[in-house]
Amino acid sequence: MDRKEMTSLGIIDTLDALKSKKFTCVELVEAYLENIKQFWDKNAVLEVFDDVLDHAREVDEKIAQGKLDGKLLGVPFIIKDNILYKGKRATCASKFLEKFVSPYNATVVEKLLNEGAVILGRANMDEFAMGGSTEKSAYGPCKNAHDDERVSGGSSGGSAVAVACNLCAAALGTDTGGSVRQPASFNGVVGMKPTYGRISRYGVVAFASSLDQVGPMTKNVKDNAYLLEILAGADIHDQTTRIEAVDDYTTKMDNVSIKGMKIGYCKELIDMFKQSKDAHTFDRAIEFFKNNGAEIVEVTIPHIELALPVYYILAPAEATSNLGRFDGVKYTTREGNSSDINKLYVESRTKGFGKEVKRRILLGNYVLSSGFFDAFYQKAQKVQRYLTYRFEDALSQCDVLLMPVAYGEAFKIGEKTSDPVTMYLEDMFTVPSNLVGIPSLSVPYEVGSNGLPIGLQILGRKLDESTMYGVAQFVEKNYKRID
Amino acid sequence: MSRSDYDVVIGLEIHAELNTNTKIFCGCPNKFGVDPNTNCCPVCVGMPGALPVPNKRAVELTIKAGLAVGSTINDMAVFERKNYFYPDLSKAYQISQLVKPICLGGGITLDSGKFIRLNRIHLEEDAGKLIHSFDETEIDYNRGGVPLIESVTEPDISSADEALEFLTKLRNRFVFSDVAKCRMEQGGMRCDVNLSVKRKDSNTLGTRTEMKNLNSFKAVARAIEYEANRQMDALDNGEVILQETRKWDDERGISFSLRTKTDSQDYRYFPDPDLLSIRIDRELVNKLQAELPLSQEARREKYEQTYGLPGADAEVLSNSKVVSDFFDDCVKLLPEYKEVANWVMTEILKLDVSEEVPVTPANLVSIIKMMLDKKITRQNAKELLAKVLETGEDAEVLAKKMDMLSSISDTDIETLIDKLIAENEKAVADYSKTPDKVTQFFIGQVMRATRGKADGSKVKAIIESKLG
Repeated sequence: MDRKEMTSLGIIDTLDALKSKKFTCVELVEAYLENIKQFWDKNAVLEVFDDVLDHAREVDEKIAQGKLDGKLLGVPFIIKDNILYKGKRATCASKFLEKFVSPYNATVVEKLLNEGAVILGRANMDEFAMGGSTEKSAYGPCKNAHDDERVSGGSSGGSAVAVACNLCAAALGTDTGGSVRQPASFNGVVGMKPTYGRISRYGVVAFASSLDQVGPMTKNVKDNAYLLEILAGADIHDQTTRIEAVDDYTTKMDNVSIKGMKIGYCKELIDMFKQSKDAHTFDRAIEFFKNNGAEIVEVTIPHIELALPVYYILAPAEATSNLGRFDGVKYTTREGNSSDINKLYVESRTKGFGKEVKRRILLGNYVLSSGFFDAFYQKAQKVQRYLTYRFEDALSQCDVLLMPVAYGEAFKIGEKTSDPVTMYLEDMFTVPSNLVGIPSLSVPYEVGSNGLPIGLQILGRKLDESTMYGVAQFVEKNYKRID
Repeated sequence: MSRSDYDVVIGLEIHAELNTNTKIFCGCPNKFGVDPNTNCCPVCVGMPGALPVPNKRAVELTIKAGLAVGSTINDMAVFERKNYFYPDLSKAYQISQLVKPICLGGGITLDSGKFIRLNRIHLEEDAGKLIHSFDETEIDYNRGGVPLIESVTEPDISSADEALEFLTKLRNRFVFSDVAKCRMEQGGMRCDVNLSVKRKDSNTLGTRTEMKNLNSFKAVARAIEYEANRQMDALDNGEVILQETRKWDDERGISFSLRTKTDSQDYRYFPDPDLLSIRIDRELVNKLQAELPLSQEARREKYEQTYGLPGADAEVLSNSKVVSDFFDDCVKLLPEYKEVANWVMTEILKLDVSEEVPVTPANLVSIIKMMLDKKITRQNAKELLAKVLETGEDAEVLAKKMDMLSSISDTDIETLIDKLIAENEKAVADYSKTPDKVTQFFIGQVMRATRGKADGSKVKAIIESKLG
């Protein structure tokens, strides 16, 4: 098998090929390293770890000895730069954490390694996961997999491009307000944010703790479900993980039938999407399901437009607190050898954090400060609870909800950087599922007016990732574009 | 104006480290006095990505603390983040409780009958410690994440004496209910004082100042005296009291301003999204209530009323929890209250019992029992206790080893005495002249022959009946 073919395989196909000895793990890793080199200018990868070939050799030895246990044995991964891998750097694409070396493994990394995965390197991202384009990385923007002039989306842009450009078999991203799904849509890969608490956050650098989830990013839907089965589950290190048993997603998704299924869409959101020049893509999705025997249900979610402001209150508030530990005293870069501790804090944080991060820290401090707490934070939490009930209600009328992921295909690098609010508006369709804690994914299905991929967002009920995967797989297999 | 024209209004905030094996949000040992940064992990040093997992025992001990002072236990409590920057605070926020603490209300009655109300007791984590040297500051995170309870009083205290009495009683409640050890010298209990003065003829409270981290009862008393006087002097001189945080310098006996209200911190509290709210069901509270050891006051009363001990004994025995627990264990095995009390007060209290009693209740009781059963003499019993302390061996085994156990029956003693009388004609003859001297001679002979195991008074009676 040649390099191109080898590196086009997803997780399950790679496992099969390795086990049937179509190629060795060393050959596979070398092929991926070659791809990474070829696509280095995309700036998707911040670092390739120096021990990857050692790990590949270990895998090959195991395979030679017939030790084939390990559900990811020999599968090459790339992880977002905010996920801790012991002994490796994790910078969150910030200059501030440039020298930080993880002293322990994140639970998700532990799980990957336990199953025999080979982690190739760290993926570029918006600094501290704050952004939707990976232009806010301190190490430069990550370019779209299909167009160097356009953004990769974000904040897990590096992970999405790594999967799309075949720099790995699969990647991990994190999603606080759409950071897995939006870059997945922009680059044409499958990106999923699970039910809040389904995957442990232990060892993932926190942005907004009550919204953050790790999300698998894969070349196909089945791989994604397969990976979730491995990553999901209760974790004694994370009190917010769900204790329910992990579903057999890969089996259950195959039993999902579109015929007679109730597929909903939110009227208010689709009205907003009408302003997009790719508005017709969503109509086509509805048409597609109708033609395949689904019952289309229009649901209303009053005040859904408040999801965005609520998100931009709650997320910065938590971020402000979560980022306090980066103070120039410990693992972050210290500035000014000041004997005045306050000066040390101010100088280090001023130099260490990028502009967008500072903007959100200020925003968060503002909404938490005494006198404003009730008006902002508490009110936002009330609206969050209200929206949670509304979504429960909506999902009692249908099995899944369809939504756009973003306003369309990837925008141009620099196009939205001047106006942060325009950038924030990009998150309109993705933040609701974070706020209400339900699972959602982006599956590629259309192309926009510039020929770039557009994903369809599917939202499921809490802990019902299987139905969502089933619907996504149906799209993946049966959707035909009208070019 | 004179001092008597003013009322002093004092509220206390008392931090006590809980008696848990591990820290509040991770598995690191809760242990004092080890090398810096050795009881640490990613969680308690606030590494990126690390998450807190609450220690159930810490929650239970907080409930017990509340029960020990008559607080209401909330059904639901919430951990919140108190955000501020300081190098000993690894995450730049302290996990504490604000709106929904575990315990509300309660209080302690002083000997005068005055009731000092508590506003709340909440659970939080301790910060690390800064170690300053000439040109450097180092951080020891061992204490970071040690579980603390903060007890906040209402401003009901009006003098240093009342503050001291309250603190002593509060400490005893916590110590006697196994909640905290409250070792002030190790920082296990610390106190902040909020103080204001107001003119007796005025209804409005004065401006209060806060003095932080007083770490001995003496320092609390001195700081209160100093601050009350300072404020009264200032008012007398027509000065304005600033709302400020002051630091007490115990060596110099003065306090000085740390920061004023205008540059005070906004802690930006909000519920910690990493932690679920704590649900406390009634069953747990009832169980903890049932398990709650008797308070010091209740023990003293029990010793006097139930055990019939003199008031002075009851006072001494209930003074320390270690000694009181030991005494209770002993009388459970041997309900000879006064005898056991005497042994504890004379023999045990001369030992170092600050941490624990260096002999087991079973061993002491077995010694007392042998003595009461007349198997050993009182003198031998004391010798035996010394040996038990020295070797840690079982008292009965030691008594046998030391050949202390009396196996001599009354008839054996009689036979022995008959034999001695027959052998000592001269002494018998002298009996009419010097009866005491001769009796003493024979007692000595018997003791020598029995190696001290015979009961002296019994021997004396037999000799007197034979010769008299």
